[in-house]
Amino acid sequence: MKLILKIWRQENAKSAGKMVSYPIDGIEGDMSFLEMLDVLNEELVAKGEDPVEFDHDCREGICGSCSLQINGEPHGPDKLITTCQLHMRSFNDGDTIVIEPFRANAFPVVKDLIVDRTSFDRIQQAGGYVSVNTSGNTIDANSIPVNKHDADDSFAAATCIGCGACVAACKNASAMLFTSAKVSQYALLPQGQVEATDRVMNMVRQMDLEGFGNCTNTGACEIECPKGISLENIARMNREYLSASTKG
Amino acid sequence: MGGFLKSSIAKKVAMALSGLFLVLFLLQHFTINLTSVISEDLFNELSHFMGTNFLVQAILQPVLIFGVIFHFVMGFVLEAKNRGARNIKYVKYNGSANSSWMSRNMIYSGLVVLAFLALHFYDFWVPEIVHKYVESHPEDASRYYGELVAKFQDPIRVAAYCLSFVFLSLHLLHGFSSSFQSMGWNNKYAKGVRGITVAYAIIIPLGFIFIALFHYINNL
Amino acid sequence: MSVLESKIPEGPLKDKWTKHKNDINLVNPANKRNIDIIVVGTGLAGGAAAATLAELGYNVKTFCYQDSPRRAHSIAAQGGINASKNYQGDGDSDYRLFYDTVKGGDYRSREANVYRLAEVSGNIIDQCVAQGVPFAREYGGYLDNRSFGGVLVSRTFYAKGQTGQQLLLGAYSAMNRQINRGKIQTFNRHEMMDLVLVDGKARGIIARDMITGEIQRHSAHAVVLASGGYGNVFFLSTNAMGSNVMAAWRAHRRGAYFANPCYTQIHPTCIPVSGDHQSKLTLMSESLRNDGRIWVPKKKEDAIAIREGKKKPTELSEEERDYYLERRYPSFGNLVPRDVASRAAKERCDAGFGVNKTGQAVFLDFASAIKRYGKEAAFSAGQKNPSEAEIIKLGKEAVEAKYGNLFQMYEKITDQNPYETPMMIFPAVHYTMGGLWVDYNLQTTIPGCYAAGEANFSDHGANRLGASALMQGLADGYFVLPYTIGDYLSGDIKTGKIPTDSPEFEAAEKDVRGKIERLMNAGGKYSVDTYHKKLGKIMWDKCGMARNEQGLKEAIEEIKALREDFWKNVKVTGTADSKNAELEKAGRVADFLELGELFAKDALHRNESCGGHFREEYQTEEGEALRDDENFRYVAAWEYKGQPSDAALHKEELIFNNIELKTRSYK
Repeated sequence: MKLILKIWRQENAKSAGKMVSYPIDGIEGDMSFLEMLDVLNEELVAKGEDPVEFDHDCREGICGSCSLQINGEPHGPDKLITTCQLHMRSFNDGDTIVIEPFRANAFPVVKDLIVDRTSFDRIQQAGGYVSVNTSGNTIDANSIPVNKHDADDSFAAATCIGCGACVAACKNASAMLFTSAKVSQYALLPQGQVEATDRVMNMVRQMDLEGFGNCTNTGACEIECPKGISLENIARMNREYLSASTKG
Repeated sequence: MGGFLKSSIAKKVAMALSGLFLVLFLLQHFTINLTSVISEDLFNELSHFMGTNFLVQAILQPVLIFGVIFHFVMGFVLEAKNRGARNIKYVKYNGSANSSWMSRNMIYSGLVVLAFLALHFYDFWVPEIVHKYVESHPEDASRYYGELVAKFQDPIRVAAYCLSFVFLSLHLLHGFSSSFQSMGWNNKYAKGVRGITVAYAIIIPLGFIFIALFHYINNL
Repeated sequence: MSVLESKIPEGPLKDKWTKHKNDINLVNPANKRNIDIIVVGTGLAGGAAAATLAELGYNVKTFCYQDSPRRAHSIAAQGGINASKNYQGDGDSDYRLFYDTVKGGDYRSREANVYRLAEVSGNIIDQCVAQGVPFAREYGGYLDNRSFGGVLVSRTFYAKGQTGQQLLLGAYSAMNRQINRGKIQTFNRHEMMDLVLVDGKARGIIARDMITGEIQRHSAHAVVLASGGYGNVFFLSTNAMGSNVMAAWRAHRRGAYFANPCYTQIHPTCIPVSGDHQSKLTLMSESLRNDGRIWVPKKKEDAIAIREGKKKPTELSEEERDYYLERRYPSFGNLVPRDVASRAAKERCDAGFGVNKTGQAVFLDFASAIKRYGKEAAFSAGQKNPSEAEIIKLGKEAVEAKYGNLFQMYEKITDQNPYETPMMIFPAVHYTMGGLWVDYNLQTTIPGCYAAGEANFSDHGANRLGASALMQGLADGYFVLPYTIGDYLSGDIKTGKIPTDSPEFEAAEKDVRGKIERLMNAGGKYSVDTYHKKLGKIMWDKCGMARNEQGLKEAIEEIKALREDFWKNVKVTGTADSKNAELEKAGRVADFLELGELFAKDALHRNESCGGHFREEYQTEEGEALRDDENFRYVAAWEYKGQPSDAALHKEELIFNNIELKTRSYK
């Protein structure tokens, strides 16, 4: 199929960017979206032009590297997948596809479609862990049974890949879904209880410091999350935060 | 309190609580207004009570005014912060793919409601205060019904009134259930709550519209 | 004395590790504050090592090419992690895990290392649970297990099909704790370009900031390489696009021996190649073989009809199907080890029974599992006479609960619904057992340079069993390296900070700059990917699932010629002092072009078949691998001598005192 790609090009963090149109031909439905960009880049390299830079690594939907706002939606029109899992069969011959970087002040553009998501790392560093030494001298793994539903919910929250689609989709560029997923993972397990108060306070403080917007419960994050992380996690974090505030 | 309200979540919770308070007030306001359709005397009686009771006037009324002002000031603060979180906008943003119009446009539905409130204050509250406290007229327990009916004679005012309540409905459709989420209440009952909030968001504004049209048509 | 001193402690197998820990030197806590360690790679091994070293008190600097440590490719591991907990009471023990691993590796691994791995495996699970890793649990609240290929017990712990993700995020959270304490400094989007040796010891690295292009010098008292495997030498593999051998290869060029490069694992259950545009292959977890049955049509006509779309697989009756693994290996059936399953699939496809358009695929069928689970679920729900439709509905739900994310992934890629029609799979390059040679302490032949995880060669022999990579990565990172490295560093407590303005750093930086300049200024005819794809094709055709002398000799010549052409004609766009994906790829492919040749050379010299290394000349009448323990019971460690063809072979003899060497049988 033939397509027209409108892609954000930006030399580096400091320079101004602009949308550039690229016609492309010979795209097959079995190609992934990133393989389609590979084809474009091969053509650009052949012409001696700079290829379009974009983040990608595992190309199987788990590393969270790939991003891209495609036709106004993070990871494109299909749900519950990342851009690398989006296949060109979701588009039609003659389509124009608008490709932009994830936009948020907390995700500054590095180059072209690459953004800096280290703000997410800093939120995790503020408290997204259990303070246990890695000596291996802990209690036996089976000494504390965990209710299966809690374990499953905890796992579901923990499947977050940190891609930032929640922020990109949110009209307020809020990172509540991301932050709450980590808070929830630990809040649902006995191991996470000891530090629950400090964890939620510190992580929320860091989230606010990074300049993300506030949650207005539009639910866009949940719909666009490639892992289907539930809004319930945000409610749980709000609850944890309120209870922590009264203790703090 | 100031320290607490610095965090994003605390602001949201405050927004939710003030919103819920206004939802309760709205229900009470609606109940009294509805009596105007049923019985002139009952309406006058209730209005007289509200207008002269010390607790209502000296405590509930300031709390209400504070609640209204707090809700919209906080709304503006949050909106400004949220807009500021994405300085470079998307060329293409397909919001309808993942969220409702109501949820994305609370500021606009809120602004319409705010404009209406200004009109409402100008229509009822200001004359009321002037009547009672500035000009210090003696209380006439039967005046309320007449004042109400008089206001609904102007078709333009009635139309503005109805339109505002449509926006209030849109505001409530997202805001009411959203406040539960903000306060951390999202569990197996949430779906049921959502149903109740949607019903409220449609029935109450429709009821207000009905009352306005009732008096307008009744006095044609 | 050979330069290859394995430093295996004396004494009985069971006591070696404990004794060794008691014997080695320690660094006191106050002195640890004065010692710097560089960790390259932040996957399971690197992340775990960085966290533990920092926790012990060392100053750690981590480097990864990704934008966050959390994205290292360990995250893509799906199926699970082994541990000899024996929670199922099915007779598991440290010895059995040790035995299975050595046997699974076709007796080409070091006994002492593997036993240590088995010994600490239980601790890994304890540790991860304490960290809040949400493993799958049974209704009673206790941890659940599943089975994997090549073993007869259920010892695999898992978190749906995302075990690697959960374990990596666990290690990343342990890192975050130390980053927050200021004990780890992270250098993300930085690539190690060279290893710096001062007085023969590893004392730092040259790194490139991938955003600014800045070439940086970083010094340390020791360098840990945990940079993963080199499967991307095949271009198409299940590795991440960025996975590369640069760190390990640079160390090799500086004197670290590279061991057993030809031991490559071809994973049997991957989604088949769909066309020339393909950039990578996607694995379908081995755990699927717990419940999926692998088959091809019995009759060639049926295979051809399916290929041409004239017949559907579901139309074939049981009698018309050849469940070839169950037929050939009745006792292990679909759960034979990976190398065996892969070769069997290749054998059927080569014989003309392959099923997708290209004829390079076999079926992985869940129909009977769906029925079995459906019946169980109906029974548990008290339904005595469930209808067929009811059984299938319940069965699909059960299968979804177990493998939902994998099925969804399959459907997204292939546009076929695996609940309704069997999956199509084919083997693909997945893991490399070879890597930097290390002694019992995980130290390479360069003092102060350590290698952990997939980057070293140590534990899996010629073939890795499923769910053992995660175990090894975390064992190395959490429990082995942080102790053994202290023995070396105890000699460095008075050294003080290593200066970066020494002539050695100067020279290394100059080398790196020179190489980048050559790449930027090469002929500019063909893109980097062109070369990478060509290399991949040579590797897959001639060094892939089956190898022979002639093919390997050709491969060596072809890779050499391709490498020369690369340096003459490669085209790298952009500039060296900015974010430049083409330059990054070029540097990596340059190293693959050297490694590929050494790989072929190693495969050519090993005149036997073992594990993932299958030489067509050496097989039994039934087509099974034929080992030569007399002549090849050794680790081949190659010393760099300027050109891959000149590499010098060093042998570390493998001594088996606790296991009898047998022909591996899964029949």
